[in-house]
Parts: sequence; structure tokens; C-alpha cells
Amino acid sequence: MLTHRHLLGLEGYPAEDIQTILDTAFVFREVLDRPIKKVPSLQGKTIVNLFYENSTRTRISFELAQKRLSADTVNFSASTSSLKKGESFKDTAQNIEAMKIDAIVMRHPSPGASLHMTKHVDAIVINAGDGTHEHPTQAILDMMSLREKFGKLKGLKVGIIGDISHSRVALSNIHGLVTMGAEVILCGPPTLIPPNIQELGVNISYDVDEVLDWADAVNVLRIQMERMGIGLFPSIREYRNVFGITSERLAKHDKEIVVMHPGPMNRGTEIDSAVADGKQAIILDQVLNGVASRMAILYLLLGGKPIE
Amino acid sequence: MKISKQPEQLVLKNGTIIDPLKKKSFTGDVLIEQGKIAGVGDVKPNASAVEIDCTGKVVTHGLCDIHVHFREPGREDKETLATGAEAALAGGFTRVCVMPNTNPPLDSPETIRYTVEKAEPLPVHIHPIGAVTKGQKGTEITEMEAMKQNGAVAFSDDGVPIMDAKVMRLALDYSNMLNVPIINHSEDVGLRNEGVMHEGPFSTRLGLPGNPDVAESTMVNRDIEIAKVSESTLHVPHTSTKKAVEHIRFAKEKGVPVTAEVSPHHLYFTDADLVTYNTNLKVAPPIRSVEDNKALIAGLKDGTIDCIATDHAPHTIEDKEKTFDLAPFGMIGLESCFGAVNKVMVKESGLSLETLIEAMTVKPRAIMGFEKDLFKVGQEAELVVLDAEKEWTFSTDDIYSRSKNSPYIGRELVGKPEITLSKGNISKIDG
Repeated sequence: MLTHRHLLGLEGYPAEDIQTILDTAFVFREVLDRPIKKVPSLQGKTIVNLFYENSTRTRISFELAQKRLSADTVNFSASTSSLKKGESFKDTAQNIEAMKIDAIVMRHPSPGASLHMTKHVDAIVINAGDGTHEHPTQAILDMMSLREKFGKLKGLKVGIIGDISHSRVALSNIHGLVTMGAEVILCGPPTLIPPNIQELGVNISYDVDEVLDWADAVNVLRIQMERMGIGLFPSIREYRNVFGITSERLAKHDKEIVVMHPGPMNRGTEIDSAVADGKQAIILDQVLNGVASRMAILYLLLGGKPIE
Repeated sequence: MKISKQPEQLVLKNGTIIDPLKKKSFTGDVLIEQGKIAGVGDVKPNASAVEIDCTGKVVTHGLCDIHVHFREPGREDKETLATGAEAALAGGFTRVCVMPNTNPPLDSPETIRYTVEKAEPLPVHIHPIGAVTKGQKGTEITEMEAMKQNGAVAFSDDGVPIMDAKVMRLALDYSNMLNVPIINHSEDVGLRNEGVMHEGPFSTRLGLPGNPDVAESTMVNRDIEIAKVSESTLHVPHTSTKKAVEHIRFAKEKGVPVTAEVSPHHLYFTDADLVTYNTNLKVAPPIRSVEDNKALIAGLKDGTIDCIATDHAPHTIEDKEKTFDLAPFGMIGLESCFGAVNKVMVKESGLSLETLIEAMTVKPRAIMGFEKDLFKVGQEAELVVLDAEKEWTFSTDDIYSRSKNSPYIGRELVGKPEITLSKGNISKIDG
């Protein structure tokens, strides 16, 4: 069983528990390759997908994971605008709780929102992204994909490239990878690297070629166009020139660097199509592993025993 | 808390009398007759005088807080002048200055008059601080002279920093003829950006936008330079950063007319306390790092920082139950103030109790031009009886503010006000 009742983030999350989740995920991964992709593990359990923010892949991934495990699911979308109008978070939480549910999968634009939720409900809470804080299930699926490719995480050299400051994917990946003994270098414009991030046990580089030279794998983050308007970086052209993962850039390095991306991609900006669709990319494996990882997390948190 | 009229003659018997103005401490009695000081030390009361045994307790000046928000008019659901006055009494305060960020703001002689008249019957002295600019918009200065005539004791746009340096210059120049301080919430709005907590390792870990220390210190430095040119008094509210303390220390060495306050919560907490996203610790300026915290303690000890002011800023539970990024800035602070600062400054940092009391009485009074000699015979009795050694845990039962949320709930404090005397009343806090 896992140490923590909820999955809110990977900061301080025990290595043994990450190991257990990953081991279980690989078991479920096999289920996904069967003709009948459904197991009865969570029959009778009710899970609410509470999405305060738009999401396509994470939500579908969670919903599929729940259906594959035979859980009953309900989807709830709250627009950010009604939230900003002052709709009470506590009221929503308590109303959902009153309907007798077992778990809440939650995406919310506010950092700390999933922890906040645990104060108002008894249900198990799984963080599906809380603002610019954490996105632990994404980091689990990224680690699963790396382990699938390399057979290990310990000692692996991983570069995370892009907007680190506003990335929940980066923060969860950093915590998870460092805990599992991987080495991490962050790379992006200095204006998109948060202060004191080195204290989390990572290094920083502003030279993407240096990082590619060093890395076994790179996780390329989505650049959000709205960051440009407020001067955090000057232009798409400059970003692509300095940090874009192009096939020319990869070709300069005499080794096969594995390329990951959490999606959705800005093709031609942070990653070129030739790379995204090329043989070095494991982006679609990540998507499939996402379902298996989320099955493992739901299964373990909702009472399942680790599968040998 | 029980508030009643003082008896004809009242004797505070055998207390440790601390006179923070004359810097004297001795055991003795204080005789109060018809609400006024009638004798200190050896006193000769009538046989009918009511005696209160103050053995082992401190008898001193009523505390003075030059930075509170009582939300009236406009947000009476958060606080009123009357509920704020009770919170003040519970904290041992006899005199407070209310900030003008009400709705409408206190930016005219009429709104100042309203506050003064509304506060007149209340058991605590309440002085309004007027807005520096009309509507707190930061563009046109207010009718400061008429506002002063009606009772404004200082001017501030409160939570809205005066970003336009020219307006700051005009305000300081103009206030020169009025001899009142200009108080500027020192935060460069651009540098602060969307920051909701101190920028540093904890903001990075929590994924919250950071407010860097330089947002405060650059504006403090700017204001000091302007105050030097204007030769007017600048008062820096809620100093929160080491860098600002250094600027103020340097300015004082150069003789610039600058004074500064620190809030209890910046002395008591550090940004590490925010790891649970406790919205009760969301304040502006933010709770800063351990280094900043140490510099504030040192600054108060060496006199760089003149006084303690609570920045008592009530918000409803509903507001504070929002997620951290959406919750409003501010916490209450009157009821917990003495216990918090006595613990940090006297018990843990080696400041003398006398000096701490000076920073809560004589010094803030000097900044606002209030009477400083409260043991003078004939002076209205504005006194507090404190148990400076009492160890207690702050709870919602200790809150008299209309807003019942505070980061001190469940926290250990040392020292508690027991009796507050002001405006002819006697308030027994736990009675």
C-alpha cells in the first residue's frame, strides 16, 4: 500500500511508493494490450473528475483508466470564469462529497487547490494539475516511459527544456526524477527559470546544445504563447533559434537522444514536426503509458494490493 | 471581555510600573481618579477606592497601533469601528490609527469627520489616516490641510503604492507645512507583478508567483531620497525585507526624516510557514525569508525600526477559504500582538521588555504627534495591565474582531494583556 492517502504531488513522495506505482503500471500496461482491455478491480467505486480548467488528454486518460478498471465515473466541469466570480470552492466540494463518492480527480488553476480540497472532503484526492504547482500523474507516466525505454531511472540524465517557471509538469518531474536517482538539468530562458530551483537538486543550463550533449533524454515543455506578450521572452523566432528542438540540432549530436513532450505541442516552436514524428520521439508511448499509470494510481489509492 | 465605567477612584496596586518615556521601572501603585492619573508610586486613595491587585503584573502605557483597518464604511461584514475597538482593547491598545482604504476611501474632510464622529463614543481612541491622493488613485493629492483640521493624523494611500514618484514628491513637499508623516505602501507594482508570497525557494516549490524583496526595497530607497529633498517625514509601514532595513538604517545615519514600523507577523513567521498554503498567512507585503526575519528583529533592536504596528486587516472566513492565489491579503493582529512580539523579541531575541513597550507606546505616539507622558498627573488614564510571563495558546475565543481567522490560532504566545483602561472605561479581558 502507499504511504499517503492522496496523490497531491511528488515533493517528498517516497521512492518505494513511486516504485510500487511504476511496477503496477507496467502490469496494467499489459492489460491495455489485451483484446478485452477491462478488469473489474474498481467495480462499485465512484470517482468524480472535477476539472476547473480545460483539459483534453489528461481528462480522457483518467476517464479511460477509470473505465478500464470498471469504476463509475462522473465528470464535472466548472468554468474558470464562474470560479473567479467567487463561486465557493468549499460549497462545490461539500456538495460532491455529500453524494457519497470515493475519489476526486481534480484539475484546478490555483496552486495548492488539491491540498485545499482535502481539507473539505473525506474522499481520496488525486491532483490532475494544480496551477503552476504539480502534475504528479504526468511525472509518473514520464518516468514510466523512461523506464520502459532505458530499463532504469537511476543515473539517467534527463534534460527538461522550456518554460520551467509556469510548468507543473517540470516541478513534478523534478521531484520524481531526483527521488528516483536520475540527474536533471533544466534549460530555458533565464526569465522562465524560477528562483532557487537548484535547491531541489537540479542544475541549470542556458545552452540547449550542451544539454543535448549530456542528456539521455529530453522532456520538451510546451511554450505558452501568452507568456510572450508580457515580455518573458521576446519572440517565437528567438525562442526557436535558441531553445527549439529541431532535427538539425539533434543531428549535431552523435547519439540517439530520446525526446519526450507532455503535449499539446506547438509544432515549429519548441519542437519541430520532424522530431515529434521521428523515431527518437516517444510522445505517443507517453500517452499510452498515461492510461496505464493512472490505472495503477487509482487502483493503489482505492484499495488495491500491489500486484506481483 | 467585560467593559465597564471606571469607579470614582481606582488603584492599580503593587504592580511593576514601567514608564517607557522616562525609562524607569519600579514597584508601586497607580491612582486613577475620574478617569485621570492622580498619582504614581506612593498614592493616597480614599477609603472607598476600588483596588486591583497587580502584584507580578506590568502596569504601563496603553499600547498604540498606528496601522489598522476597521473596514468602516463599506465592509462592515469584515469589521466595524466598534468591533475593531473591542479587538484593540483585548490587545491592550488604547489608541489606534485607521487606514483610509474604506469604501468610500477617507480622502476628504467629510469622510475624516465621519470617522472621527463615529469613533467618538467608542472606548478606544481612533484616529483616521487620510488618503494621500483622491480616490487612492495616485494622481491628485487630497485636501490635506482640511483633513488634518478634521482629525487626520497622517496620510497614506494604504495598500496602493504611490507609483508615480512625482506624486510622492508633491505629497511630501505639501505635507511639510502640515508636519504630518506620509506613509507609502512600499512595493514597486511592476516588480511585485502577480506575486502572492515572498519570492524564493518556497514560492518555487509551491508554484506560487513570487513577490521579490527588491519590490519593497527599491521603493523604500526611492521614497527616502525624495523625503530627503522634501525635508518631510516619511513613515515606512510594515517593513518586511533586510534590504529595506538597510536603506532605513543608512538614511537615519544621514539624518533623513524617516521612521519605520514592523508588523508582528513579519517577526513571528517566515515563508517556510506557508508550505501548507495557509491563506491566513497571505499578507502584503508577504511573510519573508528567515534572513529578512532576522534583519527585522535586529532592526527593531537597534532602533532602525521605530515601532510595532499590527496592520490588523480583517477578512471574512469565506474570503480566506478561497485558494491561496485568490484569497485576499491581510490578517487580524490586535489580539495576538503583545503575546507574539513579546515571545519573539523579549523571550527569544533578548530585547528588554521596557524597550519593547517603548516601541508600542512612546515611539508610535511620537510618530503621530500624540501625548507621550501617560503617567503625568491629570492625564487621561490610558493604561494597560499585562501579565508578561503568561504562556498561552491563541484560539478563536481570544478574537474580538468580526473576522475569526488568524494564523496564530493554535500558536504559543507569551504575555497577555489583562486590563485595559481608556476613555474612562475599564476592560477586563478575560473577565
